Amino acid sequence: MEIGYPLLSTLIFLPIFGGLLMLLIGRNQEGVVKWAALFFSTLNLVLSLPLFSEFDKSTYMMQFVERKPWIPDWGIEYYVGVDGISVLLVLLSTLITVLCVLISWNSIKTKVKEFYVALLLIEGAMIGVFCSLDFFLFYIFWEAMLIPMYLMIGVWGGPRRVYAAIKFFLYTLVGSVLMLVGIVVLYLKAGTFNILDLSQASLPLNLQMWLFWAFFAAFAVKVPMFPVHTWLPDAHTEAPTAGSVVLAAILIKMGAYGFLRFSLPLFPEAAKAMAPVMIGLSVVAIIYGGLVCFAQTDLKRLIAYSSVSHMGFVTLGIFALNPQGMEGGILYMINHGIVTGALFLCVGIVYDRTHSREIADYGGLASVMPVYAGFFMLFTLASIGLPGLNGFVSEFLVILGGFKAKKLAGVLAATGIIIGAGYMLWLYQRVFFTGVNDNIARIEPMGLREALPLLLLSVFVFWIGVHPDTFLGFMHESVNHLLEGVNYGASDTMMAVKGLTGGY
Amino acid sequence: MQYYLLIPLLPLGAFLLNIMLGRRVIRRQAHWPSTLAVAGSLVVTVMVLLDVMSGRTLNEDLYVWIVSGNFKVSVGFMIDQLTAVMLVVVTSVSFLVHVYSIGYMQDDPGYYRFYAYLSLFTFSMLMLVTANNFLQLYFGWEAVGLCSYLLIGFWYEKKSASDAGKKAFIVNRFGDFGFGLGVIMVFLTFGTLDYVSVFNGAGGVAAQTVNILGADVNLITLIALLLFCGAVGKSAQVPLHVWLPDAMEGPTPVSALIHAATMVTAGVFMVARLNPIFSLSPVAMDVVAVVGAVTALFAATIALVQNDIKRVIAYSTISQLGYMFIACGVGAFGAGIFHLYTHAFFKALLFLCAGSVMHAMGGEVDMQKMGGLKRYMPLTYWTMLIASLSISGIPPLAGFFSKDEILWVAFNGGGVGRAVWAIGTLAAVLTAFYSFRLIYLTFHGEFRGTDEQRHHLHESPAVMTVPLAVLCVGAVAAGWIGIPPIISSVFGVEDANWFAGFLKPVVGHPEIEAPHSTEALVMGFSVAVAAVGIAVAWVFYIKNREIPAVLARRCGILYRLLFNKYYVDEIYSATVVRPAMLIARYVLVGLSDGVIIEGVVNGVPALINRFGARLRRLQSGLLQSYAAVMALGLVLLMAVVVMVLK
Repeated sequence: MEIGYPLLSTLIFLPIFGGLLMLLIGRNQEGVVKWAALFFSTLNLVLSLPLFSEFDKSTYMMQFVERKPWIPDWGIEYYVGVDGISVLLVLLSTLITVLCVLISWNSIKTKVKEFYVALLLIEGAMIGVFCSLDFFLFYIFWEAMLIPMYLMIGVWGGPRRVYAAIKFFLYTLVGSVLMLVGIVVLYLKAGTFNILDLSQASLPLNLQMWLFWAFFAAFAVKVPMFPVHTWLPDAHTEAPTAGSVVLAAILIKMGAYGFLRFSLPLFPEAAKAMAPVMIGLSVVAIIYGGLVCFAQTDLKRLIAYSSVSHMGFVTLGIFALNPQGMEGGILYMINHGIVTGALFLCVGIVYDRTHSREIADYGGLASVMPVYAGFFMLFTLASIGLPGLNGFVSEFLVILGGFKAKKLAGVLAATGIIIGAGYMLWLYQRVFFTGVNDNIARIEPMGLREALPLLLLSVFVFWIGVHPDTFLGFMHESVNHLLEGVNYGASDTMMAVKGLTGGY
Repeated sequence: MQYYLLIPLLPLGAFLLNIMLGRRVIRRQAHWPSTLAVAGSLVVTVMVLLDVMSGRTLNEDLYVWIVSGNFKVSVGFMIDQLTAVMLVVVTSVSFLVHVYSIGYMQDDPGYYRFYAYLSLFTFSMLMLVTANNFLQLYFGWEAVGLCSYLLIGFWYEKKSASDAGKKAFIVNRFGDFGFGLGVIMVFLTFGTLDYVSVFNGAGGVAAQTVNILGADVNLITLIALLLFCGAVGKSAQVPLHVWLPDAMEGPTPVSALIHAATMVTAGVFMVARLNPIFSLSPVAMDVVAVVGAVTALFAATIALVQNDIKRVIAYSTISQLGYMFIACGVGAFGAGIFHLYTHAFFKALLFLCAGSVMHAMGGEVDMQKMGGLKRYMPLTYWTMLIASLSISGIPPLAGFFSKDEILWVAFNGGGVGRAVWAIGTLAAVLTAFYSFRLIYLTFHGEFRGTDEQRHHLHESPAVMTVPLAVLCVGAVAAGWIGIPPIISSVFGVEDANWFAGFLKPVVGHPEIEAPHSTEALVMGFSVAVAAVGIAVAWVFYIKNREIPAVLARRCGILYRLLFNKYYVDEIYSATVVRPAMLIARYVLVGLSDGVIIEGVVNGVPALINRFGARLRRLQSGLLQSYAAVMALGLVLLMAVVVMVLK
């Protein structure tokens, strides 16, 4: 699909240049900064809509492609495009950023300008990650995104922000270094940074294994998979609301996206061989992440651990290596972004008022903030997979796919629906029911600026729940193509199918 | 017949209206949208019923819901005889409860919320019974569970209420765990979730087995049992019955509608709806019958000694649901649905009468503090008495016909049939006893409450008593469309069991070859034991009122066992809830996250502290070093490139 202007580049660089432009605004003109950030992020959201309306769902090929030689001597290109796997993640990124601007309006009080610049830089880099088709380019965006994210946690975060930020940094760094080694090795072997060409290369199984684990280090940390998840609760908990939302909604999706875009097509045989291990880790994450929630006393930490459990569903779906699992997994990413993003927004709304994340400091909130309680209930229900809401569709597909791949995995993953209901309803009860806690007796009701993001996200909760086809439709072709590659061996030396599958 | 869509959509509309505008705009008028909507659904239901009676059934897909690979499921509707019966039960009882609640809930601050939830429930229940595929059934299933959760915890300021709601949801999730896996197994076996296609294919896989942990299990049996797990949860059968008594924390109209007449019968409906699957597996059928019989007796014994008026009725509901499963388990799905239908009327009536009593008593639920209310609230007394006669199985009331039919088919059921008949008959004695214990304790004797309560005693307003009267008509006459030939032939009518004939195309009808004399004997026996139960209650609670206390002392252990509901809650708490919490708190968080993962994987905390100390000195030093690392990475990458190119 081609349209008249370089759409993806606009989406990547508009927020980046917008953010840099905002640096020129005077230090005490915070109002201008906020409105500028809202302007750039909203503009980017509007500009991204053609991805939704003009995307050709009947092909797995890369669309909205832009390809320019960049450092031709080294075969490095500026090469971007989206397919059915990445397009929804790009849209999610543009949407979530706008909501983050809105939710931070009054809660960020120091270094306001720098905060919004960081937010916009994150947006640009994230979209860059999802669109890059050249490893060099990808690596730049992948790493570039971490700097503003690190700052967001470390500068605007909670009391233990420094610890959380450094932990986040160290984990990610180790993963990235190993991925860098992997990229270098790939380049040495295949002589190209082009991701699509690389997926046609046939690497020996032995090498595939090494590379699979090298990339695994980077992606598993990002997802995060058990047992390298421990940075997430700290980062989520200490980050400011917008940081938690970005982390939960988009940043951790980069890991799962990495598996889909790189690990599976580039190392299909290794991925297939390692699928049982990945499925096992996923199931552990689902159950473990869920049970740990029962021990949490901190609102954000509980939701953070629930993310570990949810992301277990995502990786389970991906490594089930069948259409239901994979499409369920991808949709799960979107749904988790919407629902967990919304839950963090919700927590932020009360945190701004009480400055407490302790569950015990709440209670009876339903009597004081009924509309807010209604929204929180909706997102809670979506999170525990109530049919008719978005979470159910993806959860069901993942369990179905997991069951198809390995019966025991499906059965164990299904226990997640009991555990999930347990901790979420317990959380809801402690925060919203019983008598009104003195801390919140005089709490200010939710304003329109705060309600708007929740309203917007709830539209998607219902839309995906009632008519998921709109979104699943994006994926069918790309997922089929990817699975064909994995299941019939893209690295098969007899690339007779190359004529059919090659060139995207 | 497209107008059938209005049946679920009207309550949905009322829900949306009330939830969005109820708090600020509609407020105390919130009953209008909801009640009018369900009235509309009732009218359309009657039209649909007439259509179905004239032989027009319907099965159509509305739109494709989920597609992924070869998985495809639609939003679609199936209207046949079984659906029509359920629609009648749901819309009529729901309508009466809506009206009753205008009086019962009138001063409640959450008035709009109550009606919003009632409408949402009605919508969900109607979606459940009209689904034409497993996944939509599952949708309705979970959605009614949600409404149950919201309405049990309606008075959420009370911790016990919000606890009960949560418990209901989570216990049901245990059942749904099996149900969900069953649905997945159905898809993997048949490649579709559409009822009709699955039913058509069921015969073809009847002999297939699957290997589970080394044992070969019949595939259909496995599927049926997994699906039945859901029914055990939703219909509060042993061992997942624990949520229903606690659900009495909700407003009483809710107990009548959701926890007696409609939602809890969804499990029975599901088994009847999926009868082509269940019928293929003798093992599953026996399990259904035995679970039903055990539950019928188990719950009835607990009901004998409870003092909370609503809990007695709740245990009676669990017990009666057991009867419905007995019927299904012996292959008489029609009889199960017949009991579901009559039970809806007399049980809703019992609950609404209890609500009327509580209304008069200022919310009091302890029967030991009641007594002599007959004088103050005659209409409530008489309707409740009739409902109690009906549930006890006294002819010619509704409960007699349905319970008799179940016991008769069980008697002839073969296999476990005779055993479940015996258990069912024993439970019938207990049913009569506890029902009349309730009547005598509440309405007879002297008033045992406070003087303040005595002054307050009054009959409920017409908006509450008229629904009682209407339901009373049902509790009396609902059974007359299912009169067995043995009785109707006395009056010269050969086949008066219209109900069984009506449902036959969907659920079949077991042919029983047994002499009329035997049938008369069995019937006479069950009526006689019911009479005995009532008589014993009379002796215990009217004639010689010392007996219960003496008995309780003599059989102390048994009494405590029953009074404490066999300690099932305590057992679950000790074996499931507390261990899970302890594991989460100490093993997973303390040991695993705290020591093993943090420590072994990376020794992060120490490292971070060292880094942190340096960082605090350098402020943004880490950022610089990070940028340096990234730059270094890029340089390295380029260096490799250059080297390769050379």
